[in-house]
Amino acid sequence: MSTSESTVDNGVNVAALLDAREALSNAPEAAQFTWRASCEWKNGTHTRSTVEGFFGLGEEQQHKSTFTIDADHPEVFASEDLAATPVEIVLVGLASCLTAGVAAVAQHRDIQLRSVKATIEGGMDIQGILGIDSDVRNGFDGIKVHYEIDADATDDEIKAVVAQSQKRSAVYDIVTNPTNVTVEVN
Amino acid sequence: MSPVRSATTVVIGAGHAGLAMSRCLTDRSIDHVVLERGEVANSWRTERWDSLRLLTPNWQSRLPGFGYQGDDPDGFRTMPEVIDFIDRYAEAISAPVQTNTKVTSVRRTDTGYEVATDQGDWQCRTVVLATGACNIARVPAVAEGVPAAIDMLTPLQYRVPDQLAEGGVMVVGASATGTQLAQEIHLSGRPVTVSVGEHVRVPRVYRGRDIKWWMDVAGVMDERYDEIDDINRARRVPSLQLTGSDDRATLDLNALTGIGVKLIGRIAGVNDGMAQFSGSLRNMSALADLKMIRLLDTIDEWAAENGVDGEVEPVERFAPTEVDVDPPLGMDLASGEINTILWATGFRPDFSWLDVPVFDRKGMVRHDGGVVDSPGMYLMGMQFLRRRKSSLIDGAGDDARDLSDHLTAYLDG
Repeated sequence: MSTSESTVDNGVNVAALLDAREALSNAPEAAQFTWRASCEWKNGTHTRSTVEGFFGLGEEQQHKSTFTIDADHPEVFASEDLAATPVEIVLVGLASCLTAGVAAVAQHRDIQLRSVKATIEGGMDIQGILGIDSDVRNGFDGIKVHYEIDADATDDEIKAVVAQSQKRSAVYDIVTNPTNVTVEVN
Repeated sequence: MSPVRSATTVVIGAGHAGLAMSRCLTDRSIDHVVLERGEVANSWRTERWDSLRLLTPNWQSRLPGFGYQGDDPDGFRTMPEVIDFIDRYAEAISAPVQTNTKVTSVRRTDTGYEVATDQGDWQCRTVVLATGACNIARVPAVAEGVPAAIDMLTPLQYRVPDQLAEGGVMVVGASATGTQLAQEIHLSGRPVTVSVGEHVRVPRVYRGRDIKWWMDVAGVMDERYDEIDDINRARRVPSLQLTGSDDRATLDLNALTGIGVKLIGRIAGVNDGMAQFSGSLRNMSALADLKMIRLLDTIDEWAAENGVDGEVEPVERFAPTEVDVDPPLGMDLASGEINTILWATGFRPDFSWLDVPVFDRKGMVRHDGGVVDSPGMYLMGMQFLRRRKSSLIDGAGDDARDLSDHLTAYLDG
């Protein structure tokens, strides 16, 4: 399959990604990335996080602009509801990672997408975070993602694209597998 | 069919708690019987591993009208010594114990309760539940995913290391039971990995005195259930990491890693034969270190205020718990690294015979400091029932005095 001759265009530069994969296979140290965010308390449960730089390809990198992401909690938690909750932002992270992956995999497989829409929900028993019941975990008890995809492909080809996207998704791995977390103060 | 007998009060269970209550009922001239499924101190006889020694020093087992008489007040009783101690207490107080009598149900009647047993039935106005807090070993649901090739057991089934297969053992839980069994099993030549969740770290000896002595004199053990912020949380606090040994050694996670035991995070799941461990090991250890420092601060403040600084050794602080920078997050259970999992993940009482609607939705008996939510029914021996010491032998006396007073007032209407 040659993407250069294809008329399929999902807006993903697969050729560049494949070039990068080959280049990084020969220079694995350049594949070491560090992603960063900073988070500042505003008031109550309202925070503002900032994303601007990251490390990769052996050097410091800058986003084209500085992005900010606010988070808060809803009024039913006696908060001001100035922004989405952190757990909703986690869902956003998973859905946007999987959806970006769908576009990239479809491009690579010469499948033209016309529309892709994911809905995602995470169930949570808040007796965990409220400390009511120690048998209840704090986090989601399950996450469900539903895709509506319109594309020039059979249903099974589309399902295979979605499956491959999960296999290569960073956020999918982050939420399905444990990660050591180190928190330091000052 | 034997005739129905009656007593003003039926006490169920002839362990230290039921016997302490019996003594207090006798003092108040309340006629009663103590029903015991086996022999006096049955759980101590039949549900403990061989090497276990009491975690409180000899002097601290104080029961109403009875206490330690020997010449080793700071020692720790072996199980035969505990059984002998409780046996002698039953004799000393002439407790009306009916042994080998298994209670099969307790029902409410118009006048009180009907207690059915395999040796006939009893009618009573009041009933005391003193059957213990540790009848059933808790095993988390993740155990269901463990491959059949791995042997699994609970502390209630464990007696000696040699009953386990050769090879590696995962001990799940790092409280009193988990740390003691991890040490014993590892020293038997079976490499142990401990899965560590929330735990409570304390030194065995602090400033030259047993930690239990400090907690006793500083009033920590006497803190009441109606005086602390969150009693539900306090009742769930894991047991202290302690062992009772002749050298009075501390048995914290550093002591375990010092003999080669490996630490991993709380077991979070088993998928396709892969065990997954939480990435929270550092935080769990940091929480325990910080909590220990707060306890030692409380002790130091008490020592300064009460003028005992000159009688004890200087203030000391202990090295933080050492944890790998990147502890493993997964283990292939088919790899042969471990052959056995021991679930030291806590215990719960068995009230399957209690046919009175007093249970909360978690299956625990609803009570206010041992006064059960059913008139004339009382509970003993649970974690922080009325005081922090309630589940200890040393806590049974004060609770029995309080609850027998309440019971007497109830009978007097």
